[in-house]
Amino acid sequence: MTTESTTQAVVEARNLDLVFPTNDGPVQALRDVNLTINKGDFVSFIGPSGCGKTTFLRVMAALEQPTGGEITVNGMSPDEARRQRAYGYVFQASGLYPWRNIARNIKLPLEIMGYSKSEQDKRVNEVLELVELSGFEGKYPWQLSGGMQQRASIARALAFDADILLMDEPFGALDEIVRDHLNEQLLKLWARTNKTIAFVTHSIPEAVYLSTKIVVMSPRPGRITDVIESPLPKERPLDIRDSPEFIEIAHRVREGLRAGHGDDV
Amino acid sequence: MKTLVAVLTVLAVIIALWYAACLPMNIKGVLTEAERAGVTVVPAGAKERRDMGVIGLVLDNSFAIPATWAQKRPRLPAPHQVAVELWKTTGAMVLKGKTMSKRSLFFHGWVTLSATLLGFAIGTGLGILLAVGIVHSRVMDMSVMPWAIVSQTIPIIALAPMIIVVLYSIGVQGILPKAIISAYLSFFPVVVGMVKGLRSPDSMQLDLLRTYSANLNQGFWKLRLPASMPYLFTSLKIGIAASLVGAIVGELPTGAVAGLGARLLGGSYYGQTVQIWSALFAAAILAACLVALLGVIERVVLKRMGMGA
Ligand SMILES: Nc1ncnc2c1ncn2[C@@H]1O[C@H](COP(=O)(O)OP(=O)(O)OP(=O)(O)O)[C@@H](O)[C@H]1O
Ligand SMILES: [Mg+2]
Repeated sequence: MTTESTTQAVVEARNLDLVFPTNDGPVQALRDVNLTINKGDFVSFIGPSGCGKTTFLRVMAALEQPTGGEITVNGMSPDEARRQRAYGYVFQASGLYPWRNIARNIKLPLEIMGYSKSEQDKRVNEVLELVELSGFEGKYPWQLSGGMQQRASIARALAFDADILLMDEPFGALDEIVRDHLNEQLLKLWARTNKTIAFVTHSIPEAVYLSTKIVVMSPRPGRITDVIESPLPKERPLDIRDSPEFIEIAHRVREGLRAGHGDDV
Repeated sequence: MKTLVAVLTVLAVIIALWYAACLPMNIKGVLTEAERAGVTVVPAGAKERRDMGVIGLVLDNSFAIPATWAQKRPRLPAPHQVAVELWKTTGAMVLKGKTMSKRSLFFHGWVTLSATLLGFAIGTGLGILLAVGIVHSRVMDMSVMPWAIVSQTIPIIALAPMIIVVLYSIGVQGILPKAIISAYLSFFPVVVGMVKGLRSPDSMQLDLLRTYSANLNQGFWKLRLPASMPYLFTSLKIGIAASLVGAIVGELPTGAVAGLGARLLGGSYYGQTVQIWSALFAAAILAACLVALLGVIERVVLKRMGMGA
């Protein structure tokens, strides 16, 4: 894991610890997490349930405070980074407001951040095109399929100029075919916008297909067991998943997951 | 069609039970009147009959059955008697061009309705303000909510005269005391509903706003308030019915001469049961109209907000 001196670190975590105090005693959600995410990386987090993937994303987003170690986002604290609109967050559920149509849902962050009306309209058009939802601006969320809703929520996260996209199992609730399609779209979008993406998933093929870097985690306490730099090219047709390289990486991820599990049994 | 049949069947059963109930309720009075008019009644003498079962009396004097539905001052008036009285004090008045005369239920209904609406407006405003405070402040949550609950455990019938006397002593009378009693009853459902509604956004929705660094104000206007709308309408429907009850109760202790409450009171002074029942029905119909009106507003508003699927 040598990072070239020219690449710019966007997220740096050093010896990160996070303990949740609960009624049944403290829960160590993250232990000694060290990770560097570079500009333009597509990083996937994979690991069994409860290994701290969501928690790590929330720490980056300043939604949780680490209890030990350090983390910087764009060279500042996550809190400052948030105030500078460094990231957009996509949750597992789309969380679209049922009382707003798609265009107005996408305008929500823009209104809060004080963009002008004309700028809002311009950006809505731009991001709707990016997620291939042009023409749906007047529809309400319940008039859209689950996959379209999730795309709309991605558009909402893209609408303001955040360099980092944090996505927590955005396609977790969708079926495989829709998912493949959205993954393809997401890669295109990533190539076009040059964002840095942190992506949580439970699916090995999804992680391997999307990522330049795969972070394998294991639970109790949540920690990183392996970081795999993907040798796959940036241009990835869906059938790359049958290539030997792809299968080899998938194998390594599976091994990593198994090893993590073996530890705690 | 099927629901219509079901509804009509239930209605028919209720009316049949009502007619049936008139027999035991009114038989003694009818027999006394009949005996006075010289008809032979079994057994003779009101004193004889006083301790007898009413069912037995009906069976022994079946000739008197029609009369139980046509008394002038029955204990329980028959449905058609109430209907006729309702018509005489509403539609017939309109036809005679005396819509707002003192005998018209439109006049009395309006007197009560105006107090209801004023009280409802006060109660709703107060309820929403309290709910906003409760949701945003732990101190208010812990200090106001218990009192709001306690306030509703005091029987309004005991409280109403005190409110009126106190307000009278400081020179407030007329519509306002009634409206205040009505507000007292209607603010509570609004507080409860709005608190629930304003708290209905889940943690993910709140987190999303935090990622935008949204402030409290934006969170309120953009998320909490719109999310609370369905809850608000549900409580408004309960609130308006409670308001009407409050306005009627507010008319009782003053010996008011106008309003549905006054009709109830006047009816019971003079044993005019038909008048009491028609005032009761007028109040029920008024409440149903108000709730239905709110239902229409709810549908329109939620539809315009995009939530009326
Ligand atoms: N707010 C919280 N309070 C207490 N414990 C928490 C909290 N959030 C998470 N945890 C605990 O921290 C650990 C990591 O949780 P986290 O949600 O990060 O897991 P995850 O990897 O995202 O799992 P999944 O794949 O199921 O989403 C779990 O043991 C969880 O119970
Ligand atoms: Mg998770």
